Amino acid sequence: MKTTLTLALAAVTCATLLTGCNKEEATEAAAPAGIEPQIFTDSLFAVMKSDRTNYTKLIVQRLGPNKGDFIKPNEHWEDMAEGAPLPAQMFRYGAEGVADMTSDFTYSLQSVWPINSQNAPKTPLEKEGLQYVADNPGKNFYGEEKLGDVTYYTAVYADVAVSPACTTCHNEHKDSPRTDFKIGDVMGGVVIRVPLASR
Amino acid sequence: MKKMIWLLWLVSTLMLAGFLGYELAYKKEKPNFLIGQSTHGHYQIELACDACHTSPFGGEDVLQDACISCHGDELKASLDSHPKKKFTDPRNADLISVLDARQCVTCHSEHNPDITHPMGLTLPEDYCVQCHADVGEERPTHKDLAFETCASAGCHNYHDNRALYEDFLLKHAHDQTPSPQQLMPSTLKQYLASQRVEWPMENLESIKHHSKVQAVTTAEIEHDWLSSAHGKAGVGCNSCHTGESSENWIEKPDHQQCQSCHSAEVTGFLAGKHGMRLAQALSPMTPAQARQPMQSDAGHAQLGCNSCHNAHTDNRIAASTDACLGCHADDHSLAFKQSPHGQLWQQVLNGDRTAEEAVSCATCHMPRESVDHYGESFTQVQHNQNATLRPNEKMIRSSCMSCHTLAFSIDALADDNLINNNFSGSPGQHIESIDMAVSRDVKHR
Repeated sequence: MKTTLTLALAAVTCATLLTGCNKEEATEAAAPAGIEPQIFTDSLFAVMKSDRTNYTKLIVQRLGPNKGDFIKPNEHWEDMAEGAPLPAQMFRYGAEGVADMTSDFTYSLQSVWPINSQNAPKTPLEKEGLQYVADNPGKNFYGEEKLGDVTYYTAVYADVAVSPACTTCHNEHKDSPRTDFKIGDVMGGVVIRVPLASR
Repeated sequence: MKKMIWLLWLVSTLMLAGFLGYELAYKKEKPNFLIGQSTHGHYQIELACDACHTSPFGGEDVLQDACISCHGDELKASLDSHPKKKFTDPRNADLISVLDARQCVTCHSEHNPDITHPMGLTLPEDYCVQCHADVGEERPTHKDLAFETCASAGCHNYHDNRALYEDFLLKHAHDQTPSPQQLMPSTLKQYLASQRVEWPMENLESIKHHSKVQAVTTAEIEHDWLSSAHGKAGVGCNSCHTGESSENWIEKPDHQQCQSCHSAEVTGFLAGKHGMRLAQALSPMTPAQARQPMQSDAGHAQLGCNSCHNAHTDNRIAASTDACLGCHADDHSLAFKQSPHGQLWQQVLNGDRTAEEAVSCATCHMPRESVDHYGESFTQVQHNQNATLRPNEKMIRSSCMSCHTLAFSIDALADDNLINNNFSGSPGQHIESIDMAVSRDVKHR
């Protein structure tokens, strides 16, 4: 009898434990597989925008020729004793640094009015997205595109003039195709790409 | 009979396989595996396959790593205009499909002498057009320029544009010919402070404690050493002639001994054409192995630090011109003594001009550079003779502009005849890059 009771107790314990395990596994399986691409790119953009705005306002505007005149933001800053990277270069250096670490996403700064023509939108989706964020202030653009053999989730966010440092430089640069930017204008866009698993 | 033939075939095949297998597996130099002559940049080490093919597996990545391991620092220092990182974004997939600028070998493939252009380029000369065909829209001055002139007319380089970019042209557009302003050598005190190396202080008495020194030293060696910078700093026989143990006497100290104090100089030497064989653990370079014309009586000289720097004296004058002309016998070198530069050099040696006006071979090919090391600023000689050689516009900022305007320098370096006669005369053509930059600037104002 004792043996029977012991066996029964052991069986119940095992069943409870196993059921518990199964329940946990079931809960895990039901959880979302990952972050939605849009939430991922929106979050990345939030970090990028915050850093970009801070560099432009706190360093370039405050210490550059528009105010303190301690530094000279210039494309050729490496060749100048007081040179400092332009905000667009600082953004690109960040993107290049990220590219050295991961290929899970890439990003770039582009414009339909670029100073450097290499930064004009190139792919059909970039062109559509850059135009969309310029025409629809406050809205983002999302789509999918195939480049080479890979399909990407591509998000485009407006890049807005936040300081005189942005507008003065772009309005006065000899290579700028547009010279009437005002603070608050959409000057271009940040394009973030996430490669999608092959479907 | 048939059996004999088969046996002969088998034996000869095995012998050939053994011979080639032995070369492949055990020999540093593998002449029977060279698949084609290499470029002027690599011919000295072309038989050391593993200099570039560091692994039999890995494909292009292995080659790319090999390129970067030797040339990466130089590319970084040149503020490379087309670094790999500019092309890795997937939005450049269309450009990459036309010209894969992420890989060095896309433009610089080796062992292809029939398609190799100057600068080791193995692409058709219209490579700029592949991405910049629309340059005429932004730069009307560039509209009808021939496709092969972008990088061959003194205007642009693919990698190093430090002396050619538009803002630099504008900054120096109206310069007057400068008074010669060369960096002068650091004093011994500055150099020693910058190096942070230590050695046992020696003097004429202490060096003689070593039995070997007593045996080999002569009055001439003692005199030379005491008069030299080494003698004045107390760097004695033992510092160079002994290894880790003072009993380990080194009869002829090589670059590895020099490197323990002169690290940057030896690193430069090993990176250039004079030392690149040593860097690959091959026998030293000799003028007989060179592709350029060399003095016939110098053919077997083995290149090391002592080829140019006398062992016990520190005669920089000999090292900066006489040593070069002792081997090099191309038109440019042979014309030096009669050239304006050579005349200046002689006048300085005669005491008729100041040292700042001296132009030796090394002034241009091994220029002095100001460097900061451990917080100390001092002058260092770039011992990689190739660092400023090709494309020759790399020489403009390090050498030419010490005495000449940017405009003159660009024109002179674009004139092959003027280079061959060592700049005896005026540039035969005018490069319009500065004019174009100025006209665009004026229009914008």
